[in-house]
Amino acid sequence: MPVSFFLVLSALLFAIGVYGVLARQHAVMVLLAIELMLNAVNINLVAFSALLGEAGVSGQVFALFVIAVAAAEVGVGLAIVILIFRNRQSIDVDELSLMKW
Amino acid sequence: MSTLALAQEHGEVLLETGTVGELMWLVPLLPFLAFFVILFFGRRLPGHGHSVGIGAAAVSWVLSLVAFFELAGGRASIEKAWTWFEIGGRIELQFGMQFDFFTAIMFIVVTTVSLLVQVYSTGYMHGEVRYTWYYAALSLFTASMLFLVIANNLLQMFVGWEGVGVCSYFLIGHYWEEKPNSSAAIKAFITTRVGDVGLLFGIFALFALAGTFDISELNHLAEEGDIGGTGLTVAALLLFLGAVGKSAQFPLHVWLPDAMAGPTPVSALIHAATMVVAGIYLVARMFVLFEHAGAALDVVGIVAAVTMLMAAVLALVQDDIKKVLAYSTISQLGYMMAALGVGAYTAAVFHLFTHAFFKALLFLGSGSIIHAVHSNNMSDMGGLRRYMPQTFRTFVIGSLALAGVAPLAGFFSKDEIVGEALRAASEGTRTTAWIVFVSAVVTAFLTALYMARACFKTFWGEYRGHGHPHESGRAIVAPLWVLAIAACTVGFLGIPVVGVFQKWITVPGHEHPGFDTFYNIVLPVGSVLIALLGIGLGYLLFMRGRPSIDILRSPFAPVYRFVENKYFLDDIYLGGIVRPVQYALSRVAYWFDQRILDGAVNGSASGTVATARTTYSTIDQGVVDFAVNGAADLTGWTGGILRYVQTGNVQRYAAVLFAAVAVFVALFALT
Repeated sequence: MPVSFFLVLSALLFAIGVYGVLARQHAVMVLLAIELMLNAVNINLVAFSALLGEAGVSGQVFALFVIAVAAAEVGVGLAIVILIFRNRQSIDVDELSLMKW
Repeated sequence: MSTLALAQEHGEVLLETGTVGELMWLVPLLPFLAFFVILFFGRRLPGHGHSVGIGAAAVSWVLSLVAFFELAGGRASIEKAWTWFEIGGRIELQFGMQFDFFTAIMFIVVTTVSLLVQVYSTGYMHGEVRYTWYYAALSLFTASMLFLVIANNLLQMFVGWEGVGVCSYFLIGHYWEEKPNSSAAIKAFITTRVGDVGLLFGIFALFALAGTFDISELNHLAEEGDIGGTGLTVAALLLFLGAVGKSAQFPLHVWLPDAMAGPTPVSALIHAATMVVAGIYLVARMFVLFEHAGAALDVVGIVAAVTMLMAAVLALVQDDIKKVLAYSTISQLGYMMAALGVGAYTAAVFHLFTHAFFKALLFLGSGSIIHAVHSNNMSDMGGLRRYMPQTFRTFVIGSLALAGVAPLAGFFSKDEIVGEALRAASEGTRTTAWIVFVSAVVTAFLTALYMARACFKTFWGEYRGHGHPHESGRAIVAPLWVLAIAACTVGFLGIPVVGVFQKWITVPGHEHPGFDTFYNIVLPVGSVLIALLGIGLGYLLFMRGRPSIDILRSPFAPVYRFVENKYFLDDIYLGGIVRPVQYALSRVAYWFDQRILDGAVNGSASGTVATARTTYSTIDQGVVDFAVNGAADLTGWTGGILRYVQTGNVQRYAAVLFAAVAVFVALFALT
């Protein structure tokens, strides 16, 4: 399979992620969309790793790092979401606009 | 000869060491320290400070006496000098002391009178205002006077000279709450100041001539003829002007009668015994120089002759007992000055010495009387001999001494002066000697007359005042007796021919001549007869009232009025100097002050204000503030617009972020 297939998939996945981040109102869905974008990046990394063979091992290693960081990020993000819900009984992102003028 | 070399030579003159005379700098220093102690701690000390002043004066007195007896025992006189500072390595100012018989005599006079006056004041000034300050000022005065007489150079002497002047000012104005008293203090200060300017310029003139301030060196140079001519005459006359001011000689004598506004002990100390003889001291110290200064000594003689006569006449018409004594002091100072004027150096110093005792006695006696009757006027006194026997006896002793009745102190010294004047006149050594001799004889008669008048009006007749006068306390009477004993005895020190005074105080070329029947027998008898004549006339006029002296109706009335108004001298000074200065000159000065000086000041001020206003409105407001406010406004305006960007909506931020990334990627991709 040519590498372009993976790149297209990755781009689609990333675009969906961006849409999710920008458009969804539910904070958990926003976090999930972020996960989509990270995984799009992971696909890219792994695809190029496979393409480059021995020289591309660092791509796989980097993907593993991204997964670990993403897990941590989701942990922190969900904790924030829970706290916000406890304070405001809502996790609508549109309503989280306290830090404006 | 180079002055520096001479000065160095002098610095090394150390005649003898290890004597009390070496310690003589302590004598002025002790009262000086006492001044500070009294000033700062006086109120908390026993006796409110008088014990410190008396203690310092007593120690100084003992030291002076011991040093004096050392000198009398044959020790050499001491002159020491240290370099004070140098100017440009060329002019050297010295700080030195000179202790010879003359200084020792002055020390004894000053410390004795100061000590007695301070003891007297414990009684006289008891409970008065500013008692502590009074003692501080007395101590400072004593220190200044001692400093004046120990100085070995003119500049240092000038320091003491001004010091006694300012203390005199303080003490005359002691009761400054009353206007006449403070006016009298100012008058004394300003009048003597006229003389002081002369003295200062005289000192400068001598320095310009000789290049030194050292007294013995100046005398030496004048004697050798190294300095002379018109310059020296002018310098000597300028010095004499200082003496005229300080020693109340005509025409600057007007301050001394007014100085009687001060407390009476002050008059005794400052205006009878010590400060006023500073002028005599100055001329006597510079006597050799004066002798070689052309006509200077003749001027001294004539001025002094005028002074003694004029003041003696004035003393006759005063009602205020202190003013009688004040004019008497002026007259006697004229005597001393006249003695110097005819070259009778020894006689002048001798009269200074004896006069200090009996005049201090008279002043303190008058103080005792004033203390008892609460008035200065003899018209409020009378008959006091019954109420105040001690004061009466001592006062009469003082009066007889002043009148020159043998064998009291004044007899010897006055006789010496009259004799010397006659000798100088007959031998023709001094052209002015005849004038001096005649006025001295007339003054001797007048002195006896006015003292007789004062005594008769005060102690005889009926008491005319209020209340019941009583004898003063022991603190007042004891000093009177001490001085009375001195007035009886000190004259014998200078008994003609065999006396020791003539050996102590002498200048080269004026060695005392030997015994002479005319001068040592006939003249003294004559002078006593003149004094008795004066007293007798006084008895007739003021005691018996016959011939009656209704002088206002006599042909002498204009003369009397002329004298009573003090020859209109005060009016001449007031109208001729003070008023023009006060009105015309001060008006011109005021105009100048207002228009020119204030105009310049105000002009520069308003100019500054205008400049400041312009600067404020254009630069500060227009530029600086505009920039600052403009920056702030711009920031606020842009902030106002930009804040709409900050929605607080995270997703919108993210959208901008992604859009921006997309734009950058597109830009990179295209380029």
